[in-house]
Amino acid sequence: MLEDKDRIFQNLYNDFGADLTSAKQRGDWKDTKEICGKGRDWIINEIKASELRGRGGAGFPTGLKWSFAPKEVGSRPHYLVINADESEPGTCKDRDILRFEPHKLIEGCLIASYAVNAHKCYIYIRGEYFNEGQKLQTAIDEAYKDGLLGKNSAGTNWELDIYIHYGAGAYICGEETALLESIEGKKGQPRLKPPFPALIGLYGCPTIINNVETISVVPTILRRGGKWFSSLGRPKNTGSKIYCISGNVNNPCNVEEEMGIPLKELIEKHAGGVIGGWDNLKAVIPGGSSMPLLPKETCETIKMDFDSCVENKTGLGTAGIVVINKDQDIIKCMARIARFYKHESCGQCTPCREGSGWMWRMLERMAKGEATRDEVDMLLDVTKQIEGHTICAFGEGSSWPVQGLIRNFKDEIIERNKFDPIVKKQKDIPYLVDQHLLEKENAKT
Amino acid sequence: MAVKKISKVQPEKFEFSNKNKETADSIIKNYPSGKQQSAVMALLYLAQKQNDNWIPLSAMKYIANYLDMPYIKVYEVATFYSMYNLTPVGKYFFQVCTTTPCMLRGAYNLVDVCKKKISEEENRLSEDGKTSWLEVECLGACVNAPMLQLNEDYYEDLDPAKLEQIIDKISNDEVPQPGSYRGRLSSEPENTRKTLIGNKNA
Repeated sequence: MLEDKDRIFQNLYNDFGADLTSAKQRGDWKDTKEICGKGRDWIINEIKASELRGRGGAGFPTGLKWSFAPKEVGSRPHYLVINADESEPGTCKDRDILRFEPHKLIEGCLIASYAVNAHKCYIYIRGEYFNEGQKLQTAIDEAYKDGLLGKNSAGTNWELDIYIHYGAGAYICGEETALLESIEGKKGQPRLKPPFPALIGLYGCPTIINNVETISVVPTILRRGGKWFSSLGRPKNTGSKIYCISGNVNNPCNVEEEMGIPLKELIEKHAGGVIGGWDNLKAVIPGGSSMPLLPKETCETIKMDFDSCVENKTGLGTAGIVVINKDQDIIKCMARIARFYKHESCGQCTPCREGSGWMWRMLERMAKGEATRDEVDMLLDVTKQIEGHTICAFGEGSSWPVQGLIRNFKDEIIERNKFDPIVKKQKDIPYLVDQHLLEKENAKT
Repeated sequence: MAVKKISKVQPEKFEFSNKNKETADSIIKNYPSGKQQSAVMALLYLAQKQNDNWIPLSAMKYIANYLDMPYIKVYEVATFYSMYNLTPVGKYFFQVCTTTPCMLRGAYNLVDVCKKKISEEENRLSEDGKTSWLEVECLGACVNAPMLQLNEDYYEDLDPAKLEQIIDKISNDEVPQPGSYRGRLSSEPENTRKTLIGNKNA
């Protein structure tokens, strides 16, 4: 277990207050000038040495991302954009940073802007977080007043302005290029990549986009050294992380812990255990709703970091842990997630727009026991048609949870949906079945 | 992609109040010159607040002129994002989160209370015309589930009885205290905190 002194977010539970004075007492804004004085290369190398990986879900190495920004500013200005459009079901870590640790974020913005040559920083906050945005705005105003932002930010001789841009309730705007479209005042529909935002991003200018948590840990890493950060966790999965534990646990909570902490320890120790005891556990979604769920056997042993989650055919994602116990209907739970994706698909790519609704309707019928047995395979087929056939990762995000359900609970779905497939009995009536299924072997027999 | 209905009854004219004009101009200054289109989301939100929590078509046309952009682009944005109401909603607008983490903790019991105490259907005004409700997707307060958003505030850790009390207060035009309804100050674990012990209530 991480020692309290090694926790970065000392005010995660708002014991001290979020204002500038108490933030300074906790060590924020200390030596910011000296840190920037060591130069861009030093900052980027130190972040690379810390092996910090992005906390927004994809886990891309932050130092590497920063090094993609052009070294010299050309005719186009550089931008830093902070992604605070936290909408992944099961995740609520950024909200606590925005309302309780805003100065860590603002200081991180200054250092990151300096490292990537940006004079303007936009923080994209989801529209529902209106109050959290107001708290951040208060903190930004405090920082301007104290000379920590503006023409000569914190004595670094670097000019930085931070603006808040509110979203308006679209999950897809958490995707980085959709977020840029949204800031430009358009519908939030993702762009094709390449070109990557690091070269052509906001208003066609080089743009670095980072998650709130990633940026907020940067000042502490630079103050205590990349070595300290990389000593936590294990190689390639270093540091600490805020885990959000929700669902059927006795004490749902956010907690900052070391990377690679066993899932069981998180649930049993911090969240007060599963409701009804550990044996009442059915499944856990480890990284926000887009990651495939884990059956109980895997939950006994899995460690919560990027690589070990991938080894177990899931992903750490945003570390939003949703615990589902045996009192719940797992098919219904996943049908509700499928409805979420149907609602949030931006409608740009056909496989996702049509497929997400298809998955939802099939799962709803499966939850009621109205589907035929071979529809389970058809559903799996649909998920494969979506995955990898869309512009952004939403296609994967919507189909992985369904694949996870089928992988782990196929027996339960078939148990409930016992109808004999109509194609077997009446294969001569082609209009009763989907044509493409006739090519499959099971349809011919 | 949520289906959006445009209200059949539309006011003919819309104009920002002087105060909102000032706010709008200061928002436009946040973006580089020539990129005033970026402010469209914020301006739509201002219009919604000024116009009893919904956006009429005339406001979209007004904003299109204000930002010197085509009307259809404003219309696109207004219909794309779910937080813009294009039909009148209640002065007190309950948005109940029912996505899986909230559902696991009983969000649909809250929906039942809304059906009983506000209106049978989503987006229909209550009898006194002051409140309406809607099922929405994840509001990002999963560890404080089940929860709902009333206008701009989050009401967390609810149960049906507490929601009934809230609705009763609202019908008397009293706005109850937002936040946790089990006395939690943040997202800390109740009673069993194991971390940052030294800081506790510092």
